Amino acid sequence: MVEIRDLHKSFGNNVVLDGVSLNVEEADNMIVFGRSGTGKSVLLKCLIRLLEPDSGSIKIQDKDVLAMDLKELNSLRKDIGFLFQGAALYDSMSVRENLEFPLIRNFDLGRKEIDERVHFVLEAVSLLEAVDKMPSELSGGMKKRIGLARSIITKPKLMFYDEPTTGLDPITSKEISVLIIELQRALKMTSVVVTHDLLCAKIIANRAIVLDEGKIVKEGSIEDLITSDEPLLKNFFSDEIIENKGSLI
Amino acid sequence: MLGGLTTFSARFFKEVFIPPYEIEQIRKHMIELGMKTLPIVGVTGFIIGLVIALQLSPVLKRFGAEAFLPGSVGISIVRELGPVICALIFAGRVSSGIGAELGSMRVTEQIDAMEVSGVHPFRYLVVTRIFATTFILPILTVYVIFISLIGAYIAVVLVQNMTWAYYIDRVVFAVEFGDAIPGVSKTFVFGFIVGLVGCYKGYTAENGTEGVGQASTSAVVVSSLLILIFDMVLVKLSLWIWPVVK
Repeated sequence: MVEIRDLHKSFGNNVVLDGVSLNVEEADNMIVFGRSGTGKSVLLKCLIRLLEPDSGSIKIQDKDVLAMDLKELNSLRKDIGFLFQGAALYDSMSVRENLEFPLIRNFDLGRKEIDERVHFVLEAVSLLEAVDKMPSELSGGMKKRIGLARSIITKPKLMFYDEPTTGLDPITSKEISVLIIELQRALKMTSVVVTHDLLCAKIIANRAIVLDEGKIVKEGSIEDLITSDEPLLKNFFSDEIIENKGSLI
Repeated sequence: MLGGLTTFSARFFKEVFIPPYEIEQIRKHMIELGMKTLPIVGVTGFIIGLVIALQLSPVLKRFGAEAFLPGSVGISIVRELGPVICALIFAGRVSSGIGAELGSMRVTEQIDAMEVSGVHPFRYLVVTRIFATTFILPILTVYVIFISLIGAYIAVVLVQNMTWAYYIDRVVFAVEFGDAIPGVSKTFVFGFIVGLVGCYKGYTAENGTEGVGQASTSAVVVSSLLILIFDMVLVKLSLWIWPVVK
């Protein structure tokens, strides 16, 4: 589904991605772990060319993403959902307009179909009552849910999540993580999730990688990573487990 | 920064002809920006007209030329004061607003979200706003000129006993086609500058909320400065095309 080969990205002298290679298979729920500033979000943004990599290759559904022109890229993006760290809801639009926006702009759908999809995604994230609210009237957790609803309304085959639980309390984090995996199963999507929330990873992932200094230092299941003896991973996961108050062990 | 602005404007001219044309967005922005600025430019125009007439009156009286007061006020408002004052107020109100709005959208990843959902954010956000500012400012300028002339008339009535009909007759007699056309035409350029600078500063904002503040402030400073510089050039150009000869 996603094939990354020898991906490099630098900002000035700061090397962020240093030869990342990775395969994400269909129906995978891949977690990307790593400390802050290790290039997790940059990796996600390179995948859909919100950032242009310096070198390497990216294939999504066997199509060379880096060789695409804007038209081809936009066509590919219709099959991809992206949940941003802060949900990135359009401030000037109501929840309904936020949800309708990608449908109206990209698909030739009738009013009835659009209304049905809006109803479906809002029901899926349990926020039917928020349909006419403005983003400023929503809490952080509600914004994440609406952001999630907006990213799945186009029925994408591939989902990218950038820190889906950051800034949320543990209960809401868990709710969002459960919601993600439920939607994942219902819509049969492949997903790549950037996070350092272990609880979220435990709920969602079937595979995980750890990024450090722009390289993948470990790949495997969550259990493999948590029980690894490598000092870097031990250090990283012990801090995360303390943060999660031992709820994982 | 000038290099960035030039590249940004080149991108605008490249994108502006590519469909889909966001007519509905342009209309929305024109109404929004026009309504937002209408009261402040109206009040400013009225005061400027009144003050200019009050200032000119004793000076003209000194030379025994009081009869020329309506004409002098009319010419100065139509040729220079109306367009420039309106553009500067518009820059302060709109350029900063656009800078802050797009800057906020940039730092909260709303522009990225738009791009990911297959929408071309430059066309949707930037082209529509520049288009709207370019075409709404001339309309506002005509309104400001009219309001300024009313303000000037009130001042004229205060210092001289003159009827509205006579006042307008004198203004129309003094103000020529060659005064009105370049005066209003240059506001298309000013409107373009306001939109361009506001969008450029906002669209390229970085460093979180601090960057949004910087984008908003520098949008006003840069667009005001560019308006005055371009005014200088356009005045020279208009005098060459429409020489003032009587």
